Amino acid sequence: MDIITIAFYFFAILIIASGIVVVLSKNVMHSAFALMFTFFSVAGLYVLLNADFLAITQIMIYIGGILVLIIFGVMLTTRITGVDIKTGAIGKIGFIATGILCTLIATGLIVLFITTRWPVSEQVTVTTTVKQIGNELLTNYLLAFEAASMLLLIAIVGAAFIARRK
Amino acid sequence: MQVGLIHYIVLSAILFSLGLFGIITRKNAIMVLMGLELVLNAANINFIAFAKYGGMKTEGHIAAIFVIILAACEAAIALAIILNIYQNFRHINVDEIDNLKG
Repeated sequence: MDIITIAFYFFAILIIASGIVVVLSKNVMHSAFALMFTFFSVAGLYVLLNADFLAITQIMIYIGGILVLIIFGVMLTTRITGVDIKTGAIGKIGFIATGILCTLIATGLIVLFITTRWPVSEQVTVTTTVKQIGNELLTNYLLAFEAASMLLLIAIVGAAFIARRK
Repeated sequence: MQVGLIHYIVLSAILFSLGLFGIITRKNAIMVLMGLELVLNAANINFIAFAKYGGMKTEGHIAAIFVIILAACEAAIALAIILNIYQNFRHINVDEIDNLKG
């Protein structure tokens, strides 16, 4: 077992365990903190996959942005002092039926993935992807890049407009 | 056994199913949002894994960057809507929000 294999299994177990905590925890705050571990482990997987820029982006945007936003949402919409921080789920029958459905979907996907022959090309050694990504974003994907910036602007204005106090 | 493409995509399938389970079973709108983030992360793991094992092209990385951008937009808008719902209904249980004129 080399270090890559150990690191992969460490991150995989962390992702699945904290993902289970996210979807099953009764407390919204516990779910939010488990989500942080999931995001960190996914960033670790990106490092293992030679995606250094994506790993940093994952930490900065998901953990520094989206997770903080979600925690703000939790704090603004639950009465912390009351008992309302506990969140219910749908009834027991629906819960079990959904569990069976999702297990079936997971098994189906895994069987599909394992039985398919994926043509894997030989490994290329790369040192950094930042330069490549920057070049691609400002040449081939320039239109999509500008559209994304417009989308972000519209999303900021829209979110501020929707959430303002009447 | 060497860690290969299969390991990553099986992991992303499991993460996707967990997120789907969260989206369907939870009542709290913020919990639904968290399930959605899990699903988007699963998709991103697939993109990056295929980018690495497809000859280290950066197309997969660019797709993942746009997924992250869209996830940020979606989280901001969704939380604004959730705050508005909270002001009108005093709760954010998605199964009880069933009248249009709050």
